[in-house]
Amino acid sequence: MSRQLMLGNEAIARGAWEAGCHVAAGYPGTPSTEILETISRDYRDIKAQWSPNEKVALEVAAGASVAGARSLSTMKHVGLNVAADPLFTFSYTGVNGGLVIINADDPGAWSSQNEQDNRHIARAAKLPMLEPSNPGEAKEFTKLAFELSEKYDRPVIIRITTRIAHSQGPVETGERGNVPLKDFVRDPKKYVMIPAHARPRHVFVEQQILKLKDYSSTSGLNKIEWRNKKRGIISNGVAYQYVREVCPDDSVLKIGMVWPLPDELIKEFASQVEELYVVEELDPFIEDYVKALGFKVKGKELIPICGELTPEIVDKALNGKDAEKVLPEYAGALPGRPPGLCKGCPHAFVFNVLKKLDVVVNGDIGCYTLGVLPPYSSMHSQGCMGASIGMHLGFEKARGDEMARHSVAVIGDSTFIHSGITALIDMVYNRGTGTVIIMDNRVTAMTGHQENPATGKTLMGDDTYELDLEMMVKACGVKRVVVIDPKNMEELEKVIKEEIAAPEPSVIMTRRKCILKK
Amino acid sequence: MKNVIFAGVGGQGVILASKVLMEVAQKRGFDVKESEVHGMAQRGGSVDCNVRYGTEVFSPLIPKGGADFVVSLEMLESMRKIDYLKKDAVLIVNREQINPAPVEIGAMKYPEDIEEWLRKNFANTVVVDTTEALKEAGTKKALNIVMLGCLSKYLDFEMKDWEDAIKALVKEQFVEQNLKAFTLGRELIRL
Repeated sequence: MSRQLMLGNEAIARGAWEAGCHVAAGYPGTPSTEILETISRDYRDIKAQWSPNEKVALEVAAGASVAGARSLSTMKHVGLNVAADPLFTFSYTGVNGGLVIINADDPGAWSSQNEQDNRHIARAAKLPMLEPSNPGEAKEFTKLAFELSEKYDRPVIIRITTRIAHSQGPVETGERGNVPLKDFVRDPKKYVMIPAHARPRHVFVEQQILKLKDYSSTSGLNKIEWRNKKRGIISNGVAYQYVREVCPDDSVLKIGMVWPLPDELIKEFASQVEELYVVEELDPFIEDYVKALGFKVKGKELIPICGELTPEIVDKALNGKDAEKVLPEYAGALPGRPPGLCKGCPHAFVFNVLKKLDVVVNGDIGCYTLGVLPPYSSMHSQGCMGASIGMHLGFEKARGDEMARHSVAVIGDSTFIHSGITALIDMVYNRGTGTVIIMDNRVTAMTGHQENPATGKTLMGDDTYELDLEMMVKACGVKRVVVIDPKNMEELEKVIKEEIAAPEPSVIMTRRKCILKK
Repeated sequence: MKNVIFAGVGGQGVILASKVLMEVAQKRGFDVKESEVHGMAQRGGSVDCNVRYGTEVFSPLIPKGGADFVVSLEMLESMRKIDYLKKDAVLIVNREQINPAPVEIGAMKYPEDIEEWLRKNFANTVVVDTTEALKEAGTKKALNIVMLGCLSKYLDFEMKDWEDAIKALVKEQFVEQNLKAFTLGRELIRL
């Protein structure tokens, strides 16, 4: 045992390694990315990989689990939406080797398109969800999650938030457990979900969740810290730390297992305190549950539902205390410092041309989403990974040829592979005539330069087949395919004009290495 | 408990500076917590790190009005942290201006009165000029460690603690340069 400072994400990687995890698969997404990067750097006895998207990543991990391996899948909160299809049914099949899914929520939307609260997903998919409140717990909970997964035959989700993922703290490290692969036994009634098999598995799922509800009250993951009983506060994750800091004398029910919630503990706690509060980030998830148990509780009437919490927000809400201001208000205007495309960024050349042409731009997720901001101000729709091409087709379906002749979709190489390919197939199949610009900078840039199927390297650094994007789009049925270096802006402008004008689907690949890539 | 905020612009290396401080505090037996910003903020946006150490630290975030030190690697960025200063805190600011995008495109002006305003309104403002130190260190990249050197003058750790932490966290070929930068930073502060 030794004590080391680690980022929450590094601690999770360590926990998986100590638990004897064999296989790990994920897709990069802030704030989850460092987990697999740490594994590929420090724990190379785990077979780790970037998959093309979160759905595939979870399926790889689930396959490894059924085959007998302890396996891990990592993603950001919106990534779990992509992986929701396998998630909900792997809940029915359960596991063989332990299967742990790391879900990184992003209250405050530091680097995300929304602030969804994925505790709801655990409830909907009927899966246990643990939530650490510091890096030390992140490691311990990850380790424990593998055991729970096997014991209760459930995939286990660990929910972290940005302030756990990207927060450092002391972690007690241990050795790697020697966990051999479990036998793979052919068991179609468990692993093949035809309706006749799914119905009895649903009964099993409900039984397991009831057992886990008992476990939730007795395991110590949820625990009462009795102090003054005048005020009792239920809290989870990093919010628990804020509560401890600003309400040091109050009793606290610390929630480390956010699903299923511990009915018995909640009743014990709620019935003994004079006033009951819930302090949680985002939705009133615990609050609504406590109310449904019949208790009067204060929560979102005091604690904001939007944005992340801070110690001073909790201090103000619970103690009515305002932070002391020692400096006066600065009277001048302070310019903000929004993130922007780097100097020399290949995307910038493309956006300069798009701005000049004043076309409608259906955008996507990546560094290039910054094309929405000045000085480019050239993006008019964007929602999720891969959406640009489908939306582009929708624009054409709604407003016809005229729209297609004055618009483009822009999407990065990694995002195209993630979930743009199927939309391109749709565009060709359903007789769209739009133009798609694949901004191929040869890397998954925004999350910090991860490899992807088009880079020719794996997460572990091995050489591999480099996906041929031109061949790919041609195979989708696109006949007009142009590859161009976007730095040649004059030529690029000409090409974009030509391709937009052409009444058939076209793809322009603007290919230039990310300026930050060595 | 001590609370230190490092502020700067993405790419200036606030995370390394905070890591060195954490390493020193942890070696000295303190409980340590830190919070940092990744992702979109790295594309030239504002970044900060909160470092806290003491007997027992709960929140990884420093509350407003709770910072003992704010170390800002850039002028304008210091202004975003003034609400975090305690009454008796020390604000250490590098006298460098990096234009943010709204200034670059001419939509706004870079406020020229920050130094004067800070000195007038907060007595414990220490504005340092790191130009010479960086020349001597041989690389502008060492700014984070120069600023850490400045901070170190106010903290009760031994020089050896700092050296060990820098050696542990900086790539071997850059250790000498960073140790030098650290010392040069210390020399910028006269107490």
